[in-house]
Amino acid sequence: MGNTLFDKVWDCHVVHRINNGPDVLFIDRHLVHEVTSPVAFLGLKNRRAKVLFPDKTFATADHNTPTKNQHLPVKDPLSANQLKALEENSKLHGISYWGLGHKKNGIVHVIGPEYGITQPGATIVCGDSHTSTHGAFGAIAFGIGTSEVEMVLSTQCIMQPKPKKMRININGKLNKGVTPKDVALFIISKLTTSGATGYFVEYSGNVFKEMSMEGRMTVCNLSIEMGARGGMIEPDKKTFDYLKNREYSPKGENWKKAMRYWLKLKSDKNAIFDKELDFDGNTIEPMITYGTNPGMGMSISNGIPKTINQNSEAKTYNKSLEYMNFNEGESMLGKKIDFVFLGSCTNGRIEDFRAFTEIVKGKKKSPNVTAWLVPGSHKVEEAIKEEGLLSILEEAGFELREPGCSACLAMNDDKIPAGKYAVSTSNRNFEGRQGPGSRTLLASPLVAAAAAITGHVTDPRTLY
Amino acid sequence: MAYDKFNVLESSAVPLPIENIDTDQIIPARFLKATERIGFGDNLFRDWRYNSKNLPKKDFVLNNNTYSGKILVGGKNFGSGSSREHAAWAIYDYGFRCVVSSFFADIFRNNCLNIGVLPVQVSAKFLENIFNEIYKNPDTIIKVDLEKQIIKIIGNQMFESFEINEYKKGNMLNGYDDIDYLMNIKNSIEEFAKKTPL
Repeated sequence: MGNTLFDKVWDCHVVHRINNGPDVLFIDRHLVHEVTSPVAFLGLKNRRAKVLFPDKTFATADHNTPTKNQHLPVKDPLSANQLKALEENSKLHGISYWGLGHKKNGIVHVIGPEYGITQPGATIVCGDSHTSTHGAFGAIAFGIGTSEVEMVLSTQCIMQPKPKKMRININGKLNKGVTPKDVALFIISKLTTSGATGYFVEYSGNVFKEMSMEGRMTVCNLSIEMGARGGMIEPDKKTFDYLKNREYSPKGENWKKAMRYWLKLKSDKNAIFDKELDFDGNTIEPMITYGTNPGMGMSISNGIPKTINQNSEAKTYNKSLEYMNFNEGESMLGKKIDFVFLGSCTNGRIEDFRAFTEIVKGKKKSPNVTAWLVPGSHKVEEAIKEEGLLSILEEAGFELREPGCSACLAMNDDKIPAGKYAVSTSNRNFEGRQGPGSRTLLASPLVAAAAAITGHVTDPRTLY
Repeated sequence: MAYDKFNVLESSAVPLPIENIDTDQIIPARFLKATERIGFGDNLFRDWRYNSKNLPKKDFVLNNNTYSGKILVGGKNFGSGSSREHAAWAIYDYGFRCVVSSFFADIFRNNCLNIGVLPVQVSAKFLENIFNEIYKNPDTIIKVDLEKQIIKIIGNQMFESFEINEYKKGNMLNGYDDIDYLMNIKNSIEEFAKKTPL
């Protein structure tokens, strides 16, 4: 029996096997942010322990940072306190800290790849569920809780039972207006938010092969939304070209050595997966969600599905539609929109801003829509300016904010008010996720752009 | 961190028969700004528990004196979404020591085990049974025996066994700590690090 890509990376990181227990897994890269780390550092202090490998640990500030006037002191005292704690903890333990105002600052899952910290065949963890993003490079990457953050800081290891393996194959040709976000929302709508719980997913097929690295990151990012621990894609020439000459990528002889390892990172032909699913890429349309979990998504031209029969499920389903103030069978097209959010670790990369700009170019933002365009990092922000996208966006009535997680989880001031509708390129449409009482419709940057122009849910294919 | 030992828990339970309860509902992001693990119980299910004027919502179960206890019983796919351990902290801090559901999200389950809250996964049928019994008699006692891996509804004597990884079970029974374990193999970790390709 052959090995899967996941097996190959996992097995070579096992330091110790515990009988009837979890594996002790060595972690190559630990990404740290301000919200899930302070209690872990406090734990270290109480144990009088040190960070075992500070050079494998990278800290940034992203979750609660403002996206306006980052040069000023942070107003919210609690956020400021968390940022100060991370800065002090990083200094104390000799960890690189790319805080607010640092030119490398940005969303943890955007900057990891940008600086070549993310590499094929690596094990990467972070106290954030969207760590699965880094799987786009053929890494095993997953989110952990704060107890585990403390564990990795102090021992560079984590204790986890090896998950089961699932492969999702999508072949065919994606239609015009269908982006990686739509592919991911499509998969989640088929699997539900718990369909991949207990599994680590490999995405395979020509649809993923043909995707850019940014697109692959969007897909892997959303793996957690179907319950999977993570998702990964076999590294290829695109992966290696992306990483070549990045700041933390191996150089010279080390690059050659790394390549010898990376080229082995593919599932064997006779590898066995615990579960294998196939979908046809030709059938995917631009997607939008209508409910309060990412599994409640549909093709933008469809109507909201009728209630499922089972009693317990119907109750939850109806609660969700009630929160959104939607009805069964209703179409989303034409629904009035109040806010548009372009950004997050899901869709805050340069390709997403290119897609958004493509739609809004030469048009004007609807006066009824408040649009928040938040780049995933300073590097993305720079590229938006260098590629001339900023002037097109400004011409169309949009402004660019400063990098951070922003309205994805609304820990800063970027909160969608109660009852208002937002088309959001982020990853979660949970109740109150974007602010208490906010109503979120998840979609691609193209659908977000179309809504920003027309003021209502619009099929972007009608605007090309 | 080390936590209280868990062996047998006998308690009435609080029913929350909603599916896909995500960690944003358990504790909304705006309450994640502390730098210490204190006070999270006050904000457990904040937006389901309180209205926009911070007044308790009468129809939410935590505001209903009829139901109380150290066991929280939730619908399928409990704890999905964000990896925030704060969700498990809030549940613990409020006073729960066990969460029962027919399905748990992975990271949430791990987080619970890591802080000493026992996640007990039961069949959909047994879950329905628990809900029915609690609604019939809110003082119904549920007995969770970790050593035997049995959950029992005392009122009707129905029981089911549940799964838990042997290592984690030992940790919970004895109050052992993962980091202590790893610290004891630190030498082999450091040796291993020298050989890693990246």
